[in-house]
Order: sequence, then C-alpha cells, then structure tokens
Amino acid sequence: MITRLFGVALGAGCVAGLALALLQVLFTTPLILEAETYELASFNQPTLQHAGGITDDGRLWFVHDGEKHADQGELGLIDRVIGAWAPEDGAERTFYTSLSSVLTGFGFGLMLLAAMLLGARRIDATSGLQWGLGAFAAVTLAPSLGLPPELPGSAAADLVSRQAWWIGTAAATGLGLWLVIARAEPFLKAAGLLIIVAPHLVGAPHPHEYASSVPAEIQGHFVAASLVSAAVFWAVLGSVSGWLWQRGEAKQ
Amino acid sequence: MNSAVSSVAQSTSSRAAVLPVALLSAFIGAFVVFGVGFAHSNVLHNAAHDSRHALGFPCH
Repeated sequence: MITRLFGVALGAGCVAGLALALLQVLFTTPLILEAETYELASFNQPTLQHAGGITDDGRLWFVHDGEKHADQGELGLIDRVIGAWAPEDGAERTFYTSLSSVLTGFGFGLMLLAAMLLGARRIDATSGLQWGLGAFAAVTLAPSLGLPPELPGSAAADLVSRQAWWIGTAAATGLGLWLVIARAEPFLKAAGLLIIVAPHLVGAPHPHEYASSVPAEIQGHFVAASLVSAAVFWAVLGSVSGWLWQRGEAKQ
Repeated sequence: MNSAVSSVAQSTSSRAAVLPVALLSAFIGAFVVFGVGFAHSNVLHNAAHDSRHALGFPCH
C-alpha cells in the first residue's frame, strides 16, 4: 500500500510540478527577474541603507549577493560541502525551479493522499479535485492574507517568525475546514470557523516600514500570477492524485 | 459468499493498516516540502528560490 501511495504521489507530483514549472516560466519568473534588476540597482547605490537599516525586526535580503544569509543561522552540512552555490540564470535556473516544483508536488501529494485516506469517503478525480482546492485554500489563500507572495527585495519581518505563522495558519485552516465541512455537530463547525479566523486575529509578523524599490504594479501582478499558479497546481495535484489512486483500486 | 467475507476482511485489515501508512507518508511529505520551501540552507534556498516565491513560501 505504501508503495502504491508513493507511486501515486510521485506521478501526481510530476504532473502538477511540471504544470507549475510551466506557469512559472510564463508568469512568475519573468517578474522575479525584473524585480531583481531593481533590487540589484538599489543595492549598488551606496546612499541607501540595507539589511540593518530598516528597523528592529524588518530586514531586507538580497538574492544574489554572496553575503545575503550571513547572519541567518548556521550553515548546514550541504553548504559546507557545496559552498555558496546558486544556479546560473537561464536553463540551469529553470531546471532547478522545475525540480523543486516537482518535489513540492510530490511532498504535498503525499500529505494530501494521507489526509484523503484518513478523511475521504472515496478517492477519485472528483473528490481529489475538491480536496486539492481545500488544500489550496489552506496552504495558499489563508497564509497569503497575512503574508502575500513577495518579490525579492521586499522588506519583511524575521524569517523564522514568518515561517512559523505561515505553517500555523496553513495547519489551522486545514483543520478548521475539515471541521466545518466534514463534521455535523454545530459546535464543531463553530470551532472550525474560530480556528480558521484565529491566526488572522493574532496577525502575521510584519516589518515596520516598506522598503522595496520594485514598482507596486509589478508586485501586484506577481501576487495575482502566484495565486493563479498555485490554484492550478493544487487543482492538478488533487485531481491527478485521486484519478491515479482510483485506477490502482480498479486493478486490484 | 466466500469472496464477500474475504473482501470484508480485506477492507477491515486495510483500514487498520491505513493509519500508520498515512502518518508515515504525511511525515515524509512534510519533510520534502520543508526541504524545498523552508530549509535555511543556502544551497537549498538558491535552488528552490523561484518556486518558493511563486508558491508564496516566506523567503529571505
């Protein structure tokens, strides 16, 4: 069973990841590259203060200068072995973006299938699509309300606290959605709604001022492109997972 | 009759087997997603950079 589950997750992850990679090539990566030209331009101006210059918990990180993560934690084993590596712009960067998209699809596919095995009445393309869209709401929509998708060069609060809020919000929204949709008891539905709202009452960590030199139009376009790409990714991941799983069931 | 009994037995045993399998694969899936989306390692960050931004993972 676990072999089958991994096979389905790998297949669906490949399809959804490659779809996401294509959407990135078409829509988000051009905006990231454009933003990086502003980011590098502002970095080259000595009059502007960077990194420590924002405020206590607001910081700027620069994508392609060698020192960017100098005070961001210890270097791990991989870093010591490989060093300060980054893919070259062009085919190499696209390859690693595609690879990371497929791996994301595989990882999220495993989690989605696990959740469906435990909670879904049946698993097929239709229910997979529904669960995929639920996961899109939990993993993309809810965190983006507090921490909208950002281009390189944006000012942002401490990375670890943002990651913690992001993970907490995704988990809470997923749990809350399940309580609201799958449970019949009114007080459990109410508790689900409360769990969905709670992270936004707590509030996401934010910097005290804005510092991006990237035009707001590009940022706005990027947010829309990112949300649409993620929606397609999750819809494909969910429905292909369900479809492949049901195919295996029919064979047995 | 026989096949109905065996299919019931099979579904019961597979239901009992679901929980550890689901938990294990959810854990491995979370590990993979963490590596792509959250790990602070410079190399992992640079390789997955554009995907992290596109999917709205907190980055930088």
